[in-house]
Amino acid sequence: MIPAAFDYAAPATVEEALALLAEHGDDAKIIAGGQSLLPVLRLRLNAPEFVIDLGKIDRLRGVREDGDALVIGAMTTHSAVANDPLVAQHAALISKAVATVADAQVRNRGTFGGALAHADPAGDVGAPALALGAEFVIAGQGGATRTVDAADFFVDLFETAIGEDELLTEIRVPKHTGWGAHYEKFVRIAQQWSIVAVAAAVKAEGGTISEARVALTNMGSTPLRATAVEQALQGKPATEDAIREAVGAVADGTNPPTDLNGDADYRKHLAQVLTRRAVLTAAGG
Amino acid sequence: MTVTDDRPAAEIGKDRRRKEDRRLITGSSRYTDNIVLPGMLHLAMVRSPFAHAKITAIDTSEAKQASNVVAVYTAADLDESAGVLINAWPITPDQKAPVHAPLPADRVSFAGEIVAVVVARSAAAARDAAEMVDVDYDELPAALDLKDAVADKVLAHPDLGTNKSALWIFDSKEAGTGGDVEEAISAARSDGVVIEREFRQNRLIPAFMEPRSVVVDPTGEQLTMWSATQVPHIVRFALAATTGVPESKIRVIAPDVGGGFGGKLQVTPEEWLAWWIARQLHKPVKFTETRSESMMAAHHGRDQWQKLTLAATKEGKVTGLKVELTADLGSYVAIVGGGVPVLGAFMYNAIYKIPAYHFACQTVLTNKTWTDAYRGAGRPEATFAIERLMSDLADELGMDPFELREKNWIKHEEFPFTTVAGLEYDSGNYEAATASAKEFFGYDELRAEQARRRDSRDPVQLGIGISTFTEMCGLAPSRVLGSLDYGAGGWEHASVRMLATGKVEVVTGTSAHGQGHETAFSQIIADRLGVPFEDVEVLHGDTQVSVKGLDTYGSRSLVVGGEALVRAADKVVEKAKPVAAHLLEASVDDIEFSAGRFGVKGTDAGLSIQEVAGAVFSAHNLPDGMEPSIDAEATFDPINFNYPHGTHLCAVEVDTETGQIKMRKYTCVDDVGNIINPLIVEGQVHGGLAQGIAQALFEDAVFDERGTLVSGSFVDYLVPSAADLISFDAHHASTPATTNTLGTKGVGEAGTIASTPAVVNAVLDAVRQFGVKDIVMPCSPARVYAAIAAGRAVDTGSASEGADQ
Ligand SMILES: Cc1cc2nc3c(=O)[nH]c(=O)nc-3n(C[C@H](O)[C@H](O)[C@H](O)COP(=O)(O)OP(=O)(O)OC[C@H]3O[C@@H](n4cnc5c(N)ncnc54)[C@H](O)[C@@H]3O)c2cc1C
Repeated sequence: MIPAAFDYAAPATVEEALALLAEHGDDAKIIAGGQSLLPVLRLRLNAPEFVIDLGKIDRLRGVREDGDALVIGAMTTHSAVANDPLVAQHAALISKAVATVADAQVRNRGTFGGALAHADPAGDVGAPALALGAEFVIAGQGGATRTVDAADFFVDLFETAIGEDELLTEIRVPKHTGWGAHYEKFVRIAQQWSIVAVAAAVKAEGGTISEARVALTNMGSTPLRATAVEQALQGKPATEDAIREAVGAVADGTNPPTDLNGDADYRKHLAQVLTRRAVLTAAGG
Repeated sequence: MTVTDDRPAAEIGKDRRRKEDRRLITGSSRYTDNIVLPGMLHLAMVRSPFAHAKITAIDTSEAKQASNVVAVYTAADLDESAGVLINAWPITPDQKAPVHAPLPADRVSFAGEIVAVVVARSAAAARDAAEMVDVDYDELPAALDLKDAVADKVLAHPDLGTNKSALWIFDSKEAGTGGDVEEAISAARSDGVVIEREFRQNRLIPAFMEPRSVVVDPTGEQLTMWSATQVPHIVRFALAATTGVPESKIRVIAPDVGGGFGGKLQVTPEEWLAWWIARQLHKPVKFTETRSESMMAAHHGRDQWQKLTLAATKEGKVTGLKVELTADLGSYVAIVGGGVPVLGAFMYNAIYKIPAYHFACQTVLTNKTWTDAYRGAGRPEATFAIERLMSDLADELGMDPFELREKNWIKHEEFPFTTVAGLEYDSGNYEAATASAKEFFGYDELRAEQARRRDSRDPVQLGIGISTFTEMCGLAPSRVLGSLDYGAGGWEHASVRMLATGKVEVVTGTSAHGQGHETAFSQIIADRLGVPFEDVEVLHGDTQVSVKGLDTYGSRSLVVGGEALVRAADKVVEKAKPVAAHLLEASVDDIEFSAGRFGVKGTDAGLSIQEVAGAVFSAHNLPDGMEPSIDAEATFDPINFNYPHGTHLCAVEVDTETGQIKMRKYTCVDDVGNIINPLIVEGQVHGGLAQGIAQALFEDAVFDERGTLVSGSFVDYLVPSAADLISFDAHHASTPATTNTLGTKGVGEAGTIASTPAVVNAVLDAVRQFGVKDIVMPCSPARVYAAIAAGRAVDTGSASEGADQ
């Protein structure tokens, strides 16, 4: 379908982009890879009058190290993230999750920051970012920059801490070097958003889990960190039975959706099975 | 004259790459939407968001004033020349069918129905203005659920007084083809087995790759319509019959068409509106639908409830089958919508010798998207039912499912065989296909693995599903169609034109939309006339070129259209013979034709057919009184249907903790008679399997309680891609058909018809051990898991036990 007409600009700097945002206010929309925004425009679910393309802002692209953190530019494409050696080394959970996003075409256009800003609860990048305790760097008007914790970033369905006149510029991920990681995504066909998925990173020594990070995709209106499960796993042997017991309550307090792929109870059941599998695989089992 | 003896190698049976693919995959093809005409205007449709509503007012004033808008039409503007959409197959004389106008006068009857059309100078302007059309609706209660609808709880079309459209019955006792089914059932109840089931045929969306598109050019003497259709000839006839334009003034062209699967054998409101508007404005117009429009407004397929009763002896001899169908027509009776379940009526008995049979089908109107043919049309439903029943019966009797089938099927020495449904199967060999399939599949090893997994209570269980299908295709003997009250015949037409340069132009009345006719038909002609494959040009899909034809559906193109082609080619040879005799100064009786060459018996003298064609073109030296043409045409009306069959075996792994299904192996041995092009046949089988598997596991058109299509995009309507399927293990057995010269059988629908029950039988075979008897299609992980959990709960008397505990 054909979107409603809109004006378009592709600024070369974050400052110019922010100025355009300030100028056009409510009528403006940022476009990153367009993989979520364009379908919305084509279906005429939204009709912004002004579209600001971040594609020309080079400094928003790429992955670099900064001490104990890995810094991923918001405009880094899914495929660049999935294939990045630094990410594989220090945040393997992110490489693995991003590799399950859609298909190669979408991964070549869609961006890490765009997906996080879009905050689709069935999207695959939120849970790993949350599990690893990522920080979100947001640029605002007048040169202001603030950093938001993952726990505060995801507000609700398609809603984040990014303000209307702000931009997500980079994502800082604490290094989890040497951790085992697995993203267990449950779908019916290959090219599908997660029905449920579980992101798990595990530090295991001598067959014992010393630390675990677990987050859930599509078990509520935002990605969910399974803190209780993380604690229960700590110090447990990396065996199927021990893990089964530790993750038993993973779905407690979640509020997953009901749709054509299954109801909330089924999703809660899946969360248990998938968490066990994700942790076991991450622990090298 | 040169006498060569390098006979061309046989073309039939060769893995020719498809001629048409170069243009199709390099973007040098011409789809309807690629057509641009001077001054062309664009249409956008305003569609109802309600399933059933009274239209109380339409305000088009704002849209009419929008920039670049030329006109906005509503039902009030239409006159008789807008025509109506036809139902060509009233299955009973008293069938109830609402009038289907291109725009409904004052009441919409499904969500997606067009209520207004905007005409503008660009597609974008038309779309923008469509948003400005303001329609007031009074929502009415909608008839949505099929079972509620048949009870007339809410009427889809209140003025008809009922939702029941037609009740069509076949009874073997009445027809004299078998016994009384009630007697068989009551005998089995007292001393035998009765299997009673109710199966749901999920509603499917054809999901062809190219959305529907139409361009109409009203300038010139003939009005031309380009349409992404499977049926240009039928569209032409229907336009003439309903819009008052003489048939001779109508040219319909189906250029390259990107798939159809039955979904494009319709005559559509979009086509009729484009036709009428172009004539009103005397300007060319174009309409191309969006994917969303395609999914909600192009016809859907299947959507039935099947109530089944199978009677058998304790030894496993089937004694009777009773079928009671309820079929959802949607809101209008589409061109052959009512006939689809009737096509299935002849196939429930399948390959089995069933002594008594009763079939009744009630077609029902609802406030949902109309339904009509979708790959297989009636036969997949029938095959699903009988193949599920046979596996259930085997399970009930504790018999091997093959042994049970073999006990009941028609033995190869019993052909030709007249079935309880009154059809005569000409040929087949179920033993051979089955034996070969079991071997390729590794049946015994997989059964052994299944037993091991069961014994060790592996969370991943293995299931093996069987489908020994047959189908009737090659639509269709005209007399049979007449006896079924179908509005047309089932013949096909072909002509062969020998050009001066020795090239051959072949014209077929079939209308390929992805099948590869240009290649397969070239191979047939190359062999038949002994000319190079490259020298044959196959023309189709334009009523000005292909002047006669009945188009492509029902696996008919090769077995009916191909036979017409063979007969036309043979006439060319017969016409050329006297010319060759004359030029070779021999008697016609001494002329032999072989591998493209007319020779004189017992001599080396000879002429190629191209040389004869050249001589006929110049016409300098022809036999006295002979017409200077060896071109020929033929119209072939089949005397029987065509009966491909095969054995399909599917192994699936079922993750009992999640309900996830993973296909392990899919082997099929199809008997499609003699094969013209194995590569094309393989393609048809693979694509067909994908679609049949999709019905079993993935696809489902779901409406919410207000009649909105929930699975209205590919986010929710799950069409599998290569990533979701395994590499199929497809083989062939061959028992040539006896009803056409080449001994071919249809293959276009076989894979779809056969595979659905094979997959569901496999899933059930894995989980029957937990007390599961049925899983509604599509067998989603959620449904499979719920069935396992429910079965286990019954088994242990506890409702709480799930796989994870
Ligand atoms: C066919 C298909 C399948 C898909 N399957 C999956 C899947 O399996 N899993 C999955 O996770 N995702 C999936 N996606 C979505 C994909 O990951 C998208 O890339 C992602 O959701 C959006 O990223 P984008 O760069 O394309 O953002 P855009 O579509 O350009 O933007 C998305 C939203 O974020 C806002 N935005 C973008 N960048 C910024 C920024 N820097 N600051 C502030 N706001 C910003 C935009 O204004 C817009 O509202 C799929 C998409 C498609 C088309």
